[in-house]
Amino acid sequence: MQPAIEVEGVEKRFGQFVALAGVSLQVQQGEFFALLGPNGAGKTTLISALAGLTRANAGSLKVMGFDVSSQYRDARKALGIVPQEIVFDPFFSVRETLRFQAGYFGIARGAALDSWIDELLAKLSLGDKADSNMRQLSGGMKRRVLVAQALVHRPPVIVLDEPTAGVDVELRQTLWSFVRELNAKGHTILLTTHYLEEAQQLCTRIAMMKQGRIVAMDTTEHLLNAFSERVLRVKIDGELPAELQQACAKQEGAWHFFPIHDYDEVETRLSQLRQSGVHIVNLEVAEPDLEEVFVKLMHK
Amino acid sequence: MTMTGFQTLLRKEILRFWKVAFQTVAAPVLTALLYMMIFSHVMSGSGAAFSGVTYEQFLIPGLAMMSMLQNAFANTSSSLIQSKITGNILFILLPPLSHWDYYGAYLVAAVIRAIAVGLGVFLVGIFVAHIPVHNIAVIIAFAVLGSGMLAALGIIAGLWADKFDQLAAFQNFLIMPLTFLSGVFYSIHSLPPFWQGLSHLNPFFYMIDGFRYGFFGKSDVSLALSLSITAASFFCLSAATLYLLKSGYKLRQ
Repeated sequence: MQPAIEVEGVEKRFGQFVALAGVSLQVQQGEFFALLGPNGAGKTTLISALAGLTRANAGSLKVMGFDVSSQYRDARKALGIVPQEIVFDPFFSVRETLRFQAGYFGIARGAALDSWIDELLAKLSLGDKADSNMRQLSGGMKRRVLVAQALVHRPPVIVLDEPTAGVDVELRQTLWSFVRELNAKGHTILLTTHYLEEAQQLCTRIAMMKQGRIVAMDTTEHLLNAFSERVLRVKIDGELPAELQQACAKQEGAWHFFPIHDYDEVETRLSQLRQSGVHIVNLEVAEPDLEEVFVKLMHK
Repeated sequence: MTMTGFQTLLRKEILRFWKVAFQTVAAPVLTALLYMMIFSHVMSGSGAAFSGVTYEQFLIPGLAMMSMLQNAFANTSSSLIQSKITGNILFILLPPLSHWDYYGAYLVAAVIRAIAVGLGVFLVGIFVAHIPVHNIAVIIAFAVLGSGMLAALGIIAGLWADKFDQLAAFQNFLIMPLTFLSGVFYSIHSLPPFWQGLSHLNPFFYMIDGFRYGFFGKSDVSLALSLSITAASFFCLSAATLYLLKSGYKLRQ
């Protein structure tokens, strides 16, 4: 099957600054893919290159098999982008904004379009704001309109560039529920976010970028297994006996961290602690964590 | 060119100025009316530019054309600079629109605003003086070509400017002097030879002179020369605009 996104050897320089230094990746159709990295890693530049907002100095970018430069019309029709910044046109209402956006993509006005706009607005809890001017909406509502604008032409590939930056819990839940639904219907999702727990929960595959390069790309599960581990955290009263010091990977005050591979090891470790006369005050099992993976890879 | 995309962008650009028509259409008409009242009062009886044409009659078509030119420029340049500064230019850069779509939609919307303003000035003007119509086709040709030329110049300025004050400089130091020194308020025959010669280098002069010919059948220079220079200016600026839009100048990095 044709990959939804194909990026091959893409380079982009702004003067002396190298924003993308030979990035290659493929996102398959139907995937929920995360592009992670610190600020300035090149995520937004890569998305801009996919959208045709930035022109790569070298390499090729394709969306659903269409080259973003030579076949830009088809490539752009296949792509819906939710930008990082909240931008809007203050002259128009929500419905007018969506009608215009659909029209730019060649979708004529009419009952079918209005019905789809109503459906989108209902899904994004904006049904009662259809005729409100964009200026009257809160920041969260404007961000939801941006999502609707990205989807109004029914693109098979959706790019969300930090869509939950600075938004409340309710909006996040509404947004993720809708995006999951779209992914389940076959839409390919490319997500960039600084909320790593969101990427861990939602995405099946992750690429991590640093200084314009991809430093890791694998399934979420493989990345977690390779760079993070399950940990038994035990809070004890007193000192940890010498014979258990080697098994303890880290200590933070009274909390001691014991790496474990599976849950059977929990009982074994607790039994050792009890036999050594340790009084356990509290305990918890921490699952592998994408934040740990991220920190390790970024400091490599 | 995609028809639905072009039509949508055109509709959006028309609605953008129409929603604030008081500012974009009524205000320029009022400004022109004030010019009419002041200049016709001060210059009344100062001698006609053409035989059989009073100063008031001479002034009104020039004022209408000047308002059209200024508003055509203002429409495209302000729309682009506002979109660039607020960031909503993104909404038209992401879709599959071509440079022809952008050029066509911005230009036609600006010409429509210019003609709305021109009609407003003309309607107000007929209460001040009787305005004959010698050749409607000439009037329309100069109105469309002149407004189109300034609309194209407005696109170039809107693309080039990064800040509102850069655009204001373009408007105040280029557009305003060229329109004011184009023979709107006087016939260039009333000027000393040096200034007459300088006026011939101003393309705005030919637009005003040709437009005025459409009303009176009289002009400072020949109609063919005015039409040639106006059309050539329009096509040159349009070619430059299309080149910049296609190259993504200051739009796509």
